[in-house]
Amino acid sequence: MSLWEYANPRRFMALSGAVLPWVSVGAIAALVIGLGWGFFLTPDDFRQGSTVKIIYIHVPSAMVAINAWLMMLVTSLVWLIRRHHVSALAAKAAAPIGATMTLIALITGAIWGQPMWGTWWAWDPRLTSFLILFLFYLGYMALWAAIDNPDTAAELTSVLCIVGSVFAILSRYALVFWNQGLHQGASLSMDAEENVADVFYWPLLVSIAGFVGLFVMLVLIRTRTEVRSRRLKALLQRERMA
Amino acid sequence: MIPDLGKYAVAVVSAYGVTIALILVLIGVSLRQSIRTRQALREVENARMSKEVTPDTKKETELHG
Repeated sequence: MSLWEYANPRRFMALSGAVLPWVSVGAIAALVIGLGWGFFLTPDDFRQGSTVKIIYIHVPSAMVAINAWLMMLVTSLVWLIRRHHVSALAAKAAAPIGATMTLIALITGAIWGQPMWGTWWAWDPRLTSFLILFLFYLGYMALWAAIDNPDTAAELTSVLCIVGSVFAILSRYALVFWNQGLHQGASLSMDAEENVADVFYWPLLVSIAGFVGLFVMLVLIRTRTEVRSRRLKALLQRERMA
Repeated sequence: MIPDLGKYAVAVVSAYGVTIALILVLIGVSLRQSIRTRQALREVENARMSKEVTPDTKKETELHG
């Protein structure tokens, strides 16, 4: 069986309907355990005090914010190349989730930055590229809303998504490219030496799993809504023409 | 129950509060849109089905249960 068969709306609805309850239970369980573990059961950091607990929401939301855009990039390319409607609708469905995650990362970063850096905001490379990424999310959603023809909207938003990917990648690697600013380096790395201490690492991993699960759950719910909405519009149009 | 967050209590609690609130709003909006669209689609499909059932087939359905 080919992966492309799931681009058929009927098959997508059947598979996503079967998977959704399991994904939802797993996501909510991981989120509750990760955040509960991080908030209630981890110690303070010797330098940052209790503000280190913000890591369990800030890092996962920032990771999802960047990777949501990359998922939108892949699905937009699938639309442009293979013309599968479900992929365009999945990109549309992911945008509000990515925007919310970017907003959470920006707000929690500002709340964390104030006591640690002495400022809510700085025009630091990572912070600035994240703000631009948020604006791209807003622009992407506005473009979908502004165009009536869904195929034209999918095409134009796909192009915007490709352009915005530059900022998604910059948000991730801003520190490597510019090597300046207030923001610290990666909290997680393949190199164990660079990771946060184990006592913070494991609850952080569970929290990340929870945020990723939440993203998958919401993308499935919202894509299913978009597929139904598309069918509803088609039926109403057919009725008007009859 | 709540750990001693010291002088950063406001910062930590407000960060968690904003995050949980935004996530709940996102889930709520997504579910509400999903329910409304499903209901609207069901209504249109039911109306379409009942239109497609001609008087003859309706009679037949009544006869055969």
